[in-house]
Amino acid sequence: MLVAKPGLDGHDRGAKVIARALRDAGMEVVYTGLRQTPEQIVQAAVQEDADVIALSILSGAHNHLFPRVMELLAQKGVNDVLVIGGGVIPEDDIPFLKKAGIAEIFGPGTPTKATIDFIRANLKR
Amino acid sequence: MNDSESIRKGFATYTEGVEKSLGKFPERKGKFVTGSNAPVDRLYTPLDLEGRDYLTDQGFPGTYPFTRGVQNTMYRGRFWTMRQYAGFATAEESNKRYKYLLEQGQTGLSVAFDLPTQIGYDSDHALSQGEVGKVGVAIDSLADMEILFDGIPLDKVSTSMTINAPASVLLAMYIAVGEKQGVTPDKLNGTIQNDILKEYVARGTYIFPPAPSMRLITDIFEYCSKEVPNWNTISISGYHIREAGSTAVQEVAFTLADGVAYVEAAVKAGLDVDEFAPRLSFFFNSHNDLFEEVAKFRAARRVWAKIMKDRFGAKNPKSWMLRFHTQTAGSTLTAQQPDNNVVRVTLQALAAVLGGTQSLHTNSKDEALALPTEASVRVALRTQQIIAYESGAAETADPLAGSYYVESLTNRIEDGAWDYIRKIDSLGGAVKAIENGYVQQEIQDAAYTYQMDVESGERIVVGLNKFQIKEAAPEGLLKVDPAVGKMQEKKLADLRGRRDNAAVRTALEGLATAAQGSENLMPRILEAVRQYATLGEICDVLRGVFGEYQQKVVL
Repeated sequence: MLVAKPGLDGHDRGAKVIARALRDAGMEVVYTGLRQTPEQIVQAAVQEDADVIALSILSGAHNHLFPRVMELLAQKGVNDVLVIGGGVIPEDDIPFLKKAGIAEIFGPGTPTKATIDFIRANLKR
Repeated sequence: MNDSESIRKGFATYTEGVEKSLGKFPERKGKFVTGSNAPVDRLYTPLDLEGRDYLTDQGFPGTYPFTRGVQNTMYRGRFWTMRQYAGFATAEESNKRYKYLLEQGQTGLSVAFDLPTQIGYDSDHALSQGEVGKVGVAIDSLADMEILFDGIPLDKVSTSMTINAPASVLLAMYIAVGEKQGVTPDKLNGTIQNDILKEYVARGTYIFPPAPSMRLITDIFEYCSKEVPNWNTISISGYHIREAGSTAVQEVAFTLADGVAYVEAAVKAGLDVDEFAPRLSFFFNSHNDLFEEVAKFRAARRVWAKIMKDRFGAKNPKSWMLRFHTQTAGSTLTAQQPDNNVVRVTLQALAAVLGGTQSLHTNSKDEALALPTEASVRVALRTQQIIAYESGAAETADPLAGSYYVESLTNRIEDGAWDYIRKIDSLGGAVKAIENGYVQQEIQDAAYTYQMDVESGERIVVGLNKFQIKEAAPEGLLKVDPAVGKMQEKKLADLRGRRDNAAVRTALEGLATAAQGSENLMPRILEAVRQYATLGEICDVLRGVFGEYQQKVVL
């Protein structure tokens, strides 16, 4: 399970809380740290053989960065990784992101349990 | 009379009575805690303040240790500066928002820059893709800065700029805009955040490693003490530490420990403490627990005064004063039932005022969802104006002083802060404590505990884990035009075509040479800025000499 911070955003309280909650739920978690390009994220996911990528972003650059991650995964022929997103993401943008292949978007106030349950129910491998 | 023996007796009788009735009228819960999880007693009495001395602990407003405020008349002289952090899209758009805020009675400007600007990349850099103009205004060169302050006389407003790693570049641009308006640097008023240490632990817009970053900061201290004497050269920030999940005690402790590191660095660089310390300023968060927050501000002033006087031997009373800006706590805003956020912000703003802040930003109700709209910013500003003009909170200095509870909390926060400061000293100071991840780990542990308390229902957040309703998706949120990136790219291409590129090259080469040596870099940066070197070009030169910071990832 890879928790990643794409782009230049420095807000990582949510990413770290989620990473820790997932770890406490028994998953093996790698957190990338800040300022990851989509290329770095995909490379890390492949390297770690991640089943899940959780992208966290609060800067508003999600419409650019999330689909780019999906594109790069597809280019590498990876289609069985569950990709989810979280952060400050307006409702209006969610259909576009889902169409790009992001399985679910979790907004502010989501309990960590909801995310964990979603991952367990939707793992692709 | 009220001798402590009689009070002790009375307290025993009271406690006995309470315990008798508890069987029939139990308290709401077994354990009462503050917003930061510190225990709260049923009742506070003079017994809690035994052994404390009014003159040493509290004193009078405007005198050491400044527990009761830094000015002798506080808000009877003038209100705090009402300063809303704003900026988005292009310089043109943000200039319009600033003029609107000034028309609405705002008394100072506060500039939000986009992430590429904060990290020293031009808008056309690959890593800027998708980020241009999103969380603040995009500034690539002096040309953008001229537009940003067009029609705003820099000798009449004070401007706070949230800029850290490239603070010297943005300050240079501000000085250069002043020159073009005919305003000399000694007439400029404002603040740069310039606080790199909290970027490493909590905010993330670092560029260079600690050592050269500290040099850039001390260069600014020195330059401004001579050339821009009314400028607040740093805003040592606990705000983001708190937003990252710290407790109130940690916020005070880590902020002041960072402050110690800056003062030490400047003294080590040969500056006299009383030359630069009066221009140090601070920035705190105002969270939900009204009394704890008021106590926090009071404790912070007292601890800093002691540090400056006792540890650094500062002689000028202005060096002892902790002056601070406050912002209400963004992390407490809920995306659910966003109207409720107006009430949260009101309480937090009241705490800041009761705590004696020098300036204040009140968050807008829609900030858990997007950047605020003009209408929601207006309500946030009106909140401050209602507190100022209608609540009565500004009519006397430090109105909560003498409250057994607030004084006890103030003492407790002070004690907790000293414990942490001693611990950080034992680790070798703030820079070392950050490099080895200690500070980050402490903050993350507190953040995780808070989240688990919310999820278990131990901590109630109205509208989030209790009193929920079904609600429709909010409408009318602010959207930044995605074309902003393209517009900035075009502006940059035009600029590179029309400026004197040979002069830019010379200025940048001069900067590179200076950076390898030890001279003050401000004059070199100012020269490059005047020649319309871009922010990215200047930062690239410094990256080349200084290298880049590698984050310590702590989970």
